Amino acid sequence: MNAFHLDPIRLVLLIPLISSGVLGLVRDYRWSAQLNVLVSLLTFAAALLLFVIPPAPGPFVQIDDLNIVFVVLNTFVTFTTSIFSASYIGHELETGRLTPGYLRFYHSMFQFMMFGMNLALVANNIGMMWVAIELATLTTILMVGIYRTHEALEAAWKYFILGSVGIGLALFGTILVYVAAEPHIGAGLNAMAWTELLKNAGSLDPALLNLAFVFLLLGYGTKVGLVPLHAWLPDAHAEGPTPISAVLSGLLLNVALYAVLRFKMLLAANAHTFAPGPLMITMGLVSVIFASLMLYRRRDIKRLFAYSSIEHMGIIAFAFGVGGPLANFAGLLHMTMHSLTKSAIFFSVGHVAQVKGTQKIADIRGLSVSHPALAWALVIGVTAIAGLPPSGIFMSEFLVVSSTFARAPLLAVPLVVGLLLGIGALFLKLGGVVFGEPRGSTAPDRASYVPFVTHLAIVLVAGVYLPGPIVSWFQHVAHLLG
Amino acid sequence: MHGLSFDIAHLLAGGLVLVSFLMLYQDRMFALINVFALHAVLLALSVGWQAYVQDAPQLYITAFIALVFKATLIPAALRRIVERLNIHRDIEAVGGIGLTMLAGMALVALSVVVMLRVTGTADPLAREDLAFALSIVLLGLLMMVSRRNAVGQVIGFMSLENGLVLAATGARGMPLVVEISVAFSVLIAFIVIGIFLFRIRERFDSVDVHALDRFRGERR
Repeated sequence: MNAFHLDPIRLVLLIPLISSGVLGLVRDYRWSAQLNVLVSLLTFAAALLLFVIPPAPGPFVQIDDLNIVFVVLNTFVTFTTSIFSASYIGHELETGRLTPGYLRFYHSMFQFMMFGMNLALVANNIGMMWVAIELATLTTILMVGIYRTHEALEAAWKYFILGSVGIGLALFGTILVYVAAEPHIGAGLNAMAWTELLKNAGSLDPALLNLAFVFLLLGYGTKVGLVPLHAWLPDAHAEGPTPISAVLSGLLLNVALYAVLRFKMLLAANAHTFAPGPLMITMGLVSVIFASLMLYRRRDIKRLFAYSSIEHMGIIAFAFGVGGPLANFAGLLHMTMHSLTKSAIFFSVGHVAQVKGTQKIADIRGLSVSHPALAWALVIGVTAIAGLPPSGIFMSEFLVVSSTFARAPLLAVPLVVGLLLGIGALFLKLGGVVFGEPRGSTAPDRASYVPFVTHLAIVLVAGVYLPGPIVSWFQHVAHLLG
Repeated sequence: MHGLSFDIAHLLAGGLVLVSFLMLYQDRMFALINVFALHAVLLALSVGWQAYVQDAPQLYITAFIALVFKATLIPAALRRIVERLNIHRDIEAVGGIGLTMLAGMALVALSVVVMLRVTGTADPLAREDLAFALSIVLLGLLMMVSRRNAVGQVIGFMSLENGLVLAATGARGMPLVVEISVAFSVLIAFIVIGIFLFRIRERFDSVDVHALDRFRGERR
């Protein structure tokens, strides 16, 4: 392979890494915001190239049918978030919440986080994946604390401590997988490579793999925000800049879930391990019900949608826990739809919080009078995330519930109760925000609706009609997941 | 197999567990930091021994990092922080020392039972190392939940991480150990700098409902 030959994987990794360095040097924030959009677009294009030129798996990186879905989704949402971020940060600069120096840091870290996430997705090595997820987490911690208010620092600290414990447990699980693999594959890098691990999965020690999976589920589950381990998530979402909330909810949770799925595949390939499904189902169900109940007591609008993210990650973990082609398909679809919808909601919430100057739900009233466009954006977004019919979320939730009915009808009951509770809470909160007596600032917004409309259009179209190639692709991946 | 090298590895790993217990009941900041430095020195010795036994020279780097970074630089930085923030007073331990020690013993018993049963087929050195390492990890977690002070929590986290490094070096020929230990050092450096810059003293939870409300940003 000569030096000029750049395969798309390298582009997906190198573009964010290099631009992270460059953006740290650009002084004018308008330029750096534009540049941020441009490089995110380039990364997205490189990710699409992966379909055209499928690269062969190397010792460190690989692209297979599973992670290509994640990479494309990741780079796409990054691209739209960078457009939103460009329209968001000017206001932060005017109100003095961020200084130009911090903005440089912000853009640089934004791309660095993308590098970490993309690396975690394409890594063909469980150790490297671990390091990459740690990198992505570290940068988000810095971003969450970027406003340097007391609350932001507290949120960042909490995220830091819980995230570190999670990452520590995940490393222990990773070491256990290596210990299981070493006698069969031989010491060295091969015993940590996904491709080798999967090939030899049948002969690995099942007891070690079981134990490893428990640690990995707890460790990466902390990052997914599954319930007993979710405490950092609402704070981190509420206190950081809104583009980061969108990326956190839409992408970082998915990356952590991807890690769990990979290890689940490994367990599924070994006939003697326990079924990881029940563990994931339990954590998922607890997350759904707990988060739905917590939605009723939220007074902060970003925190409200953070809990909604916990709920949806619970649904996804539940779907993959149930397993089988149909439930896996539903889980994948739900993950995609949730990423798109939730980041779209954060786009509109970000502008709402900016024009009203507050995140308190009680102080945001009557948006339909003062800012009709934002109000409708919020209504459509919430309708979509709640899973009402035309949206793609409806379809994926319907598939999750119906596949559960087919396999284990009793499990579907608490799931449906959780879903309905969530819908009720969201509309209860939405009513006051959108209708009611207008309160607070009526200054016109300078929102960019392009990212929002793009995301929601995809979600709504997907709810009505999914193109055949995408369906067959997802079905294929669902079979891979076992 | 080579009895002496096995015994020495055992001795050092067991020593780490013992020092973890010592850390659990320290109620003075400086004493806690000193015990942690001892923990790090033992880790460096243990990793160095593994490097010698396994003939894996790259592990000497990990041992060196443990010795310079964790046993010297970090404790020095923490001592300065404790002086600056003026928190050399007692550390309150949740549940009292007796209970914490009992819980610690239960955790060690648990990890030994779990690991020895599960790793029946693995290489015996790795097997018992893993049991010790899991004990250290769990004791570190216990320390993190039993301390309210940010410095105490960080020390708990670092002892947890020492357990992870022990596990990683015990697994024969595991690649990326050096990289992982460097990544961890960066993480810890960030935490310590964070405490220092933002003067974080207490863990952010309190039985005071008022404080809790404000923290959640949900006061009306």
